[in-house]
Amino acid sequence: MIAFVIYKFILCAIVFGVSLGVAAYSTLWERKFSAILQDRVGPDKAGPWGLLQPLADGGKMFFKEEIIPTVSNKFLFILGPSLFMLTALMTGAVIPWGADLVIGGKTYSAQITDINIGVLYLLGVVSVGVYGVMIGGWASNNKYALLGAIRASSQMISYEIAMGISVIALVVTAGGTLSLREIVQQQDAGFANIVYQPLGFLIFFICALAETNRAPFDLPECESELVGGYHTEYSSMKLGLFLFAEYINMFISSAIMAAFYFGGYNFPFAAEFYNAIGLEAGSIWITLIGFGAFFTKIVIFICVFMWIRWTLPRFRYDQLMDLGWRILIPLSLLNLAITVGVEYLRGNINF
Amino acid sequence: MALQLTNRRKVVSNKEQSFSERLYLPGILKGMLITGSHIFKKSVTIRYPEQTRPVAPVYRGQHVLKRDENGAERCTACGMCAVACPAEAITMENAERKKGEEHLYREEKYASKYEINMLRCIFCGLCEEACPKEAIFLTDRIVDAEYERDDFVYGKDKLVEKIEKRIDVSKRQTIEVSEFKKVPGTKHNTLYDGKAIGKGKH
Repeated sequence: MIAFVIYKFILCAIVFGVSLGVAAYSTLWERKFSAILQDRVGPDKAGPWGLLQPLADGGKMFFKEEIIPTVSNKFLFILGPSLFMLTALMTGAVIPWGADLVIGGKTYSAQITDINIGVLYLLGVVSVGVYGVMIGGWASNNKYALLGAIRASSQMISYEIAMGISVIALVVTAGGTLSLREIVQQQDAGFANIVYQPLGFLIFFICALAETNRAPFDLPECESELVGGYHTEYSSMKLGLFLFAEYINMFISSAIMAAFYFGGYNFPFAAEFYNAIGLEAGSIWITLIGFGAFFTKIVIFICVFMWIRWTLPRFRYDQLMDLGWRILIPLSLLNLAITVGVEYLRGNINF
Repeated sequence: MALQLTNRRKVVSNKEQSFSERLYLPGILKGMLITGSHIFKKSVTIRYPEQTRPVAPVYRGQHVLKRDENGAERCTACGMCAVACPAEAITMENAERKKGEEHLYREEKYASKYEINMLRCIFCGLCEEACPKEAIFLTDRIVDAEYERDDFVYGKDKLVEKIEKRIDVSKRQTIEVSEFKKVPGTKHNTLYDGKAIGKGKH
């Protein structure tokens, strides 16, 4: 029992650390990548190639003056960023980070918890994330913050529908399981789900962009209209939490996309590769190589997120709602209908 | 049909978006290819304090007050540069050289105080042209940023070159330039009333 608790605790600590580390270095890579796209150099003064820049940014955040507006609701004001950060970190719990590990005859799963409603859990936690933004923006008692918060929450709610429906189509393809572990394992032998669900992936990807409030859907913090959006009144590390949680969200949604549609820790001809170099199932190397493959996919997705951000201008708000309600939702329903029809004809579903 | 008040209204374009345009995706992909192509382009950044932009050999930057070959200051506080200065950036006070100071100042009179206000200076180089003693030159150095306006008034401590760290002005101090400066009545040795200053006699 104790061993189990310790193992889970260590796994939690690793996932926590990796999420935070990736988020920290995403901020650096965001700046570096934008510099590369714009023929600049980017931050390179803090440490070699600017590698200590996230530390410097974090240190700056901590030493800034912490201001809580006198007219704000103090409890909610502090709750907002905390909730946003909490939900951002909670999503990492159901993601299978690697293949199972066998140490001393005992099997250890590289997943914090394999609940059989993992997909539902993800959607649920992501929806709770809206409250962080909403509460933070509302508690600031500031027009811009409130407008930003309203934009953020309505945008997230709208895009969650299309996202949810495209995930249902995925679940139908995956044979009705809601466990992320099983979804990833099913892609082990056959093709990755992207082959079966190209349209679903496209919808999911667009919705993921909107859910993480990133360009071209970054209207909640649209500087030209709303000053800073929902975090206008925030300063010091509370602002840091908001900004940081967005990068964690980006990391987690990249991980979810990699797990759902690109086979997670699997890669083409993985079994043949492991056989060729003589690794047995359960070896730590398999877990590590699998995690490496998973991580590579995540990094590619993060790069695509950034590439899009530094290419496209922001949507207008009516265009955003138009895209969400009048294009993506019908499209995802169509995708669901086609998926269900095909699966029915293949005899995988019975009514 | 809306109410029409004037007949100046013109429909500039009523072109409907084509299907591929309404789909956005081809446009987005095209844009991403454009930004993506910049990954392979060289960065144009000049990392300033370490790297400097190449300047012309006769670039006019921060001034230097030269010493002669023995290390004595060449400036005699004649005030020609201050007179020539269109921005009135130069002020000076003179003093008489005492016995035993021959290694410090070349002639009997020297500038005890010499100030250039770098905020007023327009770096035109007229002080350099006016100088009969080949004492002041503009160099390719860039005037540093400061926090206070007063700090931009450079005194002799910043202007006079250090004995151990001479500043090369040979690009600006060519034989042609020196000869040219000795000819009385040439255009740049003339004040605005057209009278020659006759610097050749110095």
